[in-house]
Amino acid sequence: MKKWMQFLVLITSITSTSALLASGGMIEGGEGGGSQMPPVSNAKWKAECSSCHMLYHPGLLPEKSWNKMMAGLDKHFGENASLDEATRVEITRFLALNSADKQDNRRSSRINQSIPAGAAPLRISETRYFLSKHDEISVSTFKRKSIGSAANCVACHKNAEKGDFSESQVKIPR
Amino acid sequence: MRNSFVLVGLLFSINAFATTPQELLKQYEAQAKQEIPAFTSFSADRGASFFRAERTHSDGKKVSCSTCHTSDPRNQGKTRANKVIEPMAPIVNPQRFTDAAKVEKWFGRNCKDVLERTCTTLEKGDYIQYLVNIK
Repeated sequence: MKKWMQFLVLITSITSTSALLASGGMIEGGEGGGSQMPPVSNAKWKAECSSCHMLYHPGLLPEKSWNKMMAGLDKHFGENASLDEATRVEITRFLALNSADKQDNRRSSRINQSIPAGAAPLRISETRYFLSKHDEISVSTFKRKSIGSAANCVACHKNAEKGDFSESQVKIPR
Repeated sequence: MRNSFVLVGLLFSINAFATTPQELLKQYEAQAKQEIPAFTSFSADRGASFFRAERTHSDGKKVSCSTCHTSDPRNQGKTRANKVIEPMAPIVNPQRFTDAAKVEKWFGRNCKDVLERTCTTLEKGDYIQYLVNIK
């Protein structure tokens, strides 16, 4: 009886230690269970949503935000970005299907969690998640000619269009 | 067999959209003749002044075609979101004015952005004529 209990304690401690190590490794390495957003692809999304600005991964905003955005393309951040109805519907579906609230990667979940239930922000840079991640970046840095604005992720995150915002890849241009 | 069907289909679909700036101008010309009884021809000079004409948008900012496309259409332009716009002049960018739907899409958007109204057929024709004539 005593031996059986010792064995149990031993097994439990080994499994919990390895679980702890595994999760620790994931946080530091940013790999495995999905810290980065997965690759997604849709030809119309790529063509239409990257002719004026960088291509934003659908996992950067929840479905409610994408729906709101795609319903107001005639006044898209002050510009007319209207699409024909078939294209608009296809892209909206694609965005919704891969939106932050449908993703299981850590970054998308955190973005989604940082948005209050009643809100549907259109600017990623207005989410609490974004603001807390960039609290050390000054307004004047964002305004540098090489950056332009907080909307231009690729200026500092070179793989942003692939959904990769890992800290190790960040390079802030002068 | 299935592959060849796909290939034939692809060729047809490309043909349906591909055009040349000259063909496109002819289409706009036919439209202009219907709309304006006194229409004679498009003018590159009118197109040039249209391209550079600056107006004050209702948001208070001064805008023109050249705000984003620069004053020389042989140059690359830049969108407000910092993305490169390939040159408008076909002499340096042969892709321009070879897809009628694309041309209409961008006239539709940009005329509303700059002029806050749709462009007339005359304006569209003059604009293309100006860009096509650039050497």
